[in-house]
Amino acid sequence: MLEKFVVGYDGSETARRALDFAVARATVQNGSIVLVHVLEWSPYSFLTPTELEERHMRRRQEMERAEAAVMAPVIKELTAQGVNVTPVMRYGKTADILCAVAREESAVQIFVGREGHSALEARLFGSVAGALVQTAPVPCTIVP
Amino acid sequence: MFKWTLPAAFAAAGTGLAATPAFAQSLDDQVNQIFAVSTGWFVTLIFSNFPGTAFPWIVAWLVIGATVFTLYFGFVQFRVIRHSIALVKGDYSDPKNAGEVSHFQALATALSGTVGLGNIAGVAVAIGIGGPGATFWMILAGLMGMASKFTECTLGVKYRNEYADGRVSGGPMYYLTKGFAERGLPGGKILAVLFSIFCILGALGGGNMFQANQAHQQITGVVGQYPGWITGLVFAGLVFAVIVGGIKSIAKVTEKVVPFMGILYVGTALIIIAMNYHLVGWALSQIFVGAFTGLGVAGGMVGALIQGFKRAAFSNEAGVGSAAIAHSAVKTNEPITEGFVSLLEPFIDTVIVCTMTALVIIITQQLVTDPATGLYLLNEAGNAVRTIGDTSGVGLTSAAFGSAISWFPYVLALAVVLFAFSTMITWSYYGLKAWTYLFGEGERKELVFKVIFCVFVVIGAAAQLEPVIDFSDAAIFAMAVVNIIGLYFLMPIVKRELESYVERLKSGEIKKFA
Repeated sequence: MLEKFVVGYDGSETARRALDFAVARATVQNGSIVLVHVLEWSPYSFLTPTELEERHMRRRQEMERAEAAVMAPVIKELTAQGVNVTPVMRYGKTADILCAVAREESAVQIFVGREGHSALEARLFGSVAGALVQTAPVPCTIVP
Repeated sequence: MFKWTLPAAFAAAGTGLAATPAFAQSLDDQVNQIFAVSTGWFVTLIFSNFPGTAFPWIVAWLVIGATVFTLYFGFVQFRVIRHSIALVKGDYSDPKNAGEVSHFQALATALSGTVGLGNIAGVAVAIGIGGPGATFWMILAGLMGMASKFTECTLGVKYRNEYADGRVSGGPMYYLTKGFAERGLPGGKILAVLFSIFCILGALGGGNMFQANQAHQQITGVVGQYPGWITGLVFAGLVFAVIVGGIKSIAKVTEKVVPFMGILYVGTALIIIAMNYHLVGWALSQIFVGAFTGLGVAGGMVGALIQGFKRAAFSNEAGVGSAAIAHSAVKTNEPITEGFVSLLEPFIDTVIVCTMTALVIIITQQLVTDPATGLYLLNEAGNAVRTIGDTSGVGLTSAAFGSAISWFPYVLALAVVLFAFSTMITWSYYGLKAWTYLFGEGERKELVFKVIFCVFVVIGAAAQLEPVIDFSDAAIFAMAVVNIIGLYFLMPIVKRELESYVERLKSGEIKKFA
């Protein structure tokens, strides 16, 4: 059976390092990659009436943009290398979504880069890596 | 968010008719006069009292509507409130729909349009005139108003328009047209057009000029007098940046700060109440006894009742139809769920926030009583309860908070300004939706309305245009006349939805996701 590795990917350099690290492990272990891109979203945020009206339209545009700019190039590259990769795009909180996908896919590991956020922001609101360490259902690898 | 000096409307309408020498008139006076002559009859009609009473028929119209909906839907507001909270928390939201408009977001946006001056100044007027007993009637009217909101917001979602590009818009103009057509009733289109006209006028007036005017008064109260057009231009610039320039950051800041201000306001009220916990029992007894005896206020029990009903209706806009516009963008397959969520709005606005204002005013003992009889003393004019320092309206609320926490009036002034701004943004949208319903969509047409809206911000802050503002307030209540007529005809549709949903909820067909 193929072992699945969930990778959190936002197009940043650290995320790319995490992905490369995961791909190296997957290739050795004959595993596959579940590439997860999370669009940060809280259902408890405050919007103006115009934002409410356009939300459905904007969501579609955001998905298309993320697909084209973040996911498509890397998927194409990995597929060309012969890596088995499944793309996933979702709205929500990054750590929660990564855990949820890991459960749904029965993945064996989660890989993320260490923080795109500033140190202060991470200290105040907590980092994705920090949250994963506490809540992940499977082992986590945090790539510096 | 509404004016609290309605008698001034009649006074202004009267003086406007009196001939004064043309050379002595300033521009303001001229505008006042033209408006008073041409619109005075409309203001008088909407705010006229039942013969021989001081009870405006429009208030009775809103309260009767709320009572009819409450009975027709079997006290729906009390039966479903726990389910409403579960919906707002997102327990029934499909995770697949993350990124779409949540119940919470629709409710928060609608609330930012109603929480404002009505809660801070309007309540003070109610208590100043009607005594503590007005609070009881205000809460009762707020509880009944929940059923009106439920009805209109369910219809708002059910008959909304979903466009090919993914935008969603709804409101009374759509449910009046489509709902009447579906039931084979005539006149839906006429009601929708009337509603749209009143909605545009109400947006420019109560939702704009009045807000700008009150914000300016608050600012001058803190920093001293300066010309109103300066406030007007700053506000107009900010409003322009948000609604025309699409500057998200200003809107984002406001939308984040306003709820914070609301929480701060309620929190501070709770602290003041807790500081005087030994007076809570006394305050509640004042409210109950006052509700049925008046405790010496002008007009007695009926005076308290009228004031309470009036302020609740003016504050939470239940039955006006405005909230249905904001609520209709929510992502749901069940229109009734948004009705359940929207009924929390009058609860939060009136039953919680307004009651906090009332309790703080009563507990800090701003109203003067006769030590011998325990009854309230009247002021010199004999039309309101005497207060410490002769304050009324927002001044009374400010004095009440200030007597417990000396620096709070500054925070309150800031809160009033922010509430005014967020109300303007929300009402600019309501007005725009009515405008596009009448004239069609299109960037040019929308820009025309948005520019008109910004111009009215300056006029509202700069001038004391009593008749103009009174006319616009009358327009908002005229919206309620049209809307509630529509709701009476369409309520069987809501009842069908309600029964079907409750049945499926009981049978377990509708499940929690979380």
